[in-house]
Amino acid sequence: MALDDQKSVFKFVGTRPDRPDGLDKVTGRAKFGADVSAAGMLHGAILRSPYAHARIVKIDASKAEAHADVKAVVTRADFSDKVPFKPGLEGEFWNVLENVMAGDKALYDGHAVAAVAATSALAARDALKLIEVDYEVLPHVTEVDKAMATDAPVIREGAADYSVPEGMHPNVVRYHESGHGEVEAGFAEADLVVEDSFTTEATHQGYIEPHACLAQLGADGKGELWCTTQGHWIAQKTCAALLGIETAQLRVTASEIGGGFGGKTTVFIEPVALALSRKANRPVKIVMSRSEVFRATGPTSSASMDIKIGMKKDGTIIAAEGIFRLQGGAFPGAPGDMTAMCAFAPYNLTNVRQVGYDVMANRPKQAAYRAPGAPMGAFAVESVLDELCNQLGLDPVEVRLKNAAHDGSKASYGPTYDQIGLVKTLEEAKAHPHYAAPLKPGQGRGISCGFWFNHGGETSVSLALSEDGSAQLMVGTPDIGGSRASMALMAAEVLGIPYENIRVTVADTATLGYNDVSHGSRVTYASGLATIKAARHAVERLCARAAAKWGIPEDAVKWEDGCAVPSGPNAGDFDPLPLADITANMGATGGPISGHFEATPEGAGVSFGTHIVDAEVDPETGKTAITRYTVIQDAGKAIHPTYVEGQYQGGAAQGIGWALNEEYIYGEDGRLQNSIFLDYRIPVASDLPMIDTVIVEVPNPGHPFGVRGVGETGIVPPLAAIANAVSNAAGVRMRDLPMSPPRILAALKARDG
Amino acid sequence: MTVKVHLWSGLRALTGGQAVVEVEASTIAEMLRALVRQHPALQGPIDAGVSVSVDGRIMASDLTAPVGAENEIYLMQRLRGG
Repeated sequence: MALDDQKSVFKFVGTRPDRPDGLDKVTGRAKFGADVSAAGMLHGAILRSPYAHARIVKIDASKAEAHADVKAVVTRADFSDKVPFKPGLEGEFWNVLENVMAGDKALYDGHAVAAVAATSALAARDALKLIEVDYEVLPHVTEVDKAMATDAPVIREGAADYSVPEGMHPNVVRYHESGHGEVEAGFAEADLVVEDSFTTEATHQGYIEPHACLAQLGADGKGELWCTTQGHWIAQKTCAALLGIETAQLRVTASEIGGGFGGKTTVFIEPVALALSRKANRPVKIVMSRSEVFRATGPTSSASMDIKIGMKKDGTIIAAEGIFRLQGGAFPGAPGDMTAMCAFAPYNLTNVRQVGYDVMANRPKQAAYRAPGAPMGAFAVESVLDELCNQLGLDPVEVRLKNAAHDGSKASYGPTYDQIGLVKTLEEAKAHPHYAAPLKPGQGRGISCGFWFNHGGETSVSLALSEDGSAQLMVGTPDIGGSRASMALMAAEVLGIPYENIRVTVADTATLGYNDVSHGSRVTYASGLATIKAARHAVERLCARAAAKWGIPEDAVKWEDGCAVPSGPNAGDFDPLPLADITANMGATGGPISGHFEATPEGAGVSFGTHIVDAEVDPETGKTAITRYTVIQDAGKAIHPTYVEGQYQGGAAQGIGWALNEEYIYGEDGRLQNSIFLDYRIPVASDLPMIDTVIVEVPNPGHPFGVRGVGETGIVPPLAAIANAVSNAAGVRMRDLPMSPPRILAALKARDG
Repeated sequence: MTVKVHLWSGLRALTGGQAVVEVEASTIAEMLRALVRQHPALQGPIDAGVSVSVDGRIMASDLTAPVGAENEIYLMQRLRGG
């Protein structure tokens, strides 16, 4: 059921005003993570393991400590010893601590083992060479299937949680199984069953801004941290736990952020900089190199998947089963459960079973990357659907429409869907000129649907009115996708004042109550909902001032188009009282007028998208060109459509990279072979076609304006849609990502025998 | 009030094969406590983090949300985002 007060007619929402951070960013005035400095500041650098798996026998830092330029050296001993180890994700603080500074063992190539603070960045890097570490090299494993094998080296005993069935290798740390119906009986009724296996490699979020921070922590336990992050409250909480200080004594300020995509939802260098600062008693700045970003911050999981789908001749899916094994580095957390729950979610299935494994290997700790886990599962499932359509001679959009989940369908992960927009995205795809456009020889077309849950999360917002009638809005969610513009539009809609009169600030941790990270496509939904409620709170106070001025009851005043007005003919005959007229005297009529809202909104609303891709494969070089791309996605309500389109295009662009070129390449020695952008190929402008977008709006019943998150769903369909296009162009099913030129050439060679 | 809680199938090993458990509860917090009372082995998954779907609306963490006999309730693994 929709919220009683859901609004559907708008004045500001849905318009496309200039972005509030635009001038700062094009003039270089915006302050990113590395742009902050402090008097007396030192520079930190981190010594990293050259081995994929090794016992740390001894660290001798005496030569580094004796150097005149070095002011502090830290190792694991300089962090809290009271962070408990627990199985699975329950011990996440311990997992993060172990990741930011190794304990007894180095667990992957690039794992931090010590750090120094020195008077210059160069001196700090040079000083790392003075630290002597004795390693006992251990056997390693980096591939998911090998990490699950009986003879695989054990990363860490005791990391598996309650869910793992007996008899599995200790590297399997979590297990998920869900579904409904009887899949075997369903397969027996199918006219055609296709069963196939797929792999995807780890990819990095590829944010252009590397991790950077400036930290200051005194012996009194009071600290300041400036950093680039998607969530400064989680940074505050985690750093406080890892340093053994009180949370409230550490104030964290988020800088402008040069991309995050999920990868900046945790901490890496921040606790290290704080530990160095505490030891040196001076501020310490750390900026990662690109190589450090690749080697030691979270890429996605890699995946190995088996899919089996049975279909009737008319295109009805009769049964579906998927096994999803996700490798998440040397720590629990690979989202095998999310992959499993999302993989079949677009379809209305009678018989479905999905199993997910979270597997550890000697790689960096995986981090979220837009809809974590969902793109891999969609790649595998939608590839098999495409194969079924090809073999049965069926239209891929018609088949998806025939099986599409709709309002009242039972989701593959259990519950019944409320109001959802998948069918609308498929109908838009079917009607889109792209879908009817003829293909040239050598080209292929691919279709895929995608699903993501979206999230609410703890949210706290404060809005303060100024005497001149302008408004300051403080939110706690770093702006990773244009949220300051969206928040201002929503506040403008409620207050009835121009968008330009509202300044939105991402406030620090000392200014607002706890705010969950900018993740889960939650910001426009949750901070937006909180902004609307905070603005409504301010409006109540404005109406009360008008009522007092007019000498009528507060409930006899309503708010219309930026003015207090009598609520009806019986309330009295008063001219509309504009907001600025009320705030002009607010100091003398009761004091400052503000609005606040704190809650954990729980109505995020799931989201679906459908992508259409045309690809052309060069049979001589194996290079793929994406010749046309259309994204169709349900936004619920697009607050600022330009940003929504940008999210859709960004998801497609990153998906193109993931599908065609991006991959972590490990050598036999377990070391990452391609830790710079020259060797790790993200798409550049010349790789991309114009990416067309269609915004579908099926309102989310859980938001006052109908908003659904849009940041993540856009990366779910691309891998599959591109793989289907490439497979159809090449005439051979591509089962492994990335579909790089050598891999395509090999597939073409195998096709031709 | 008796509420029916649907479990993901991976949990059946902890409930003697039951896919649906009936407990007395009027909020999610009461429901989770009652589930553990009836099936102590569910403490592990609940401690590890769960979300609850009530009539298709996923409660990621809210323990105070009301639940009733008329609601369709699914226990889900806690959602994580990027």
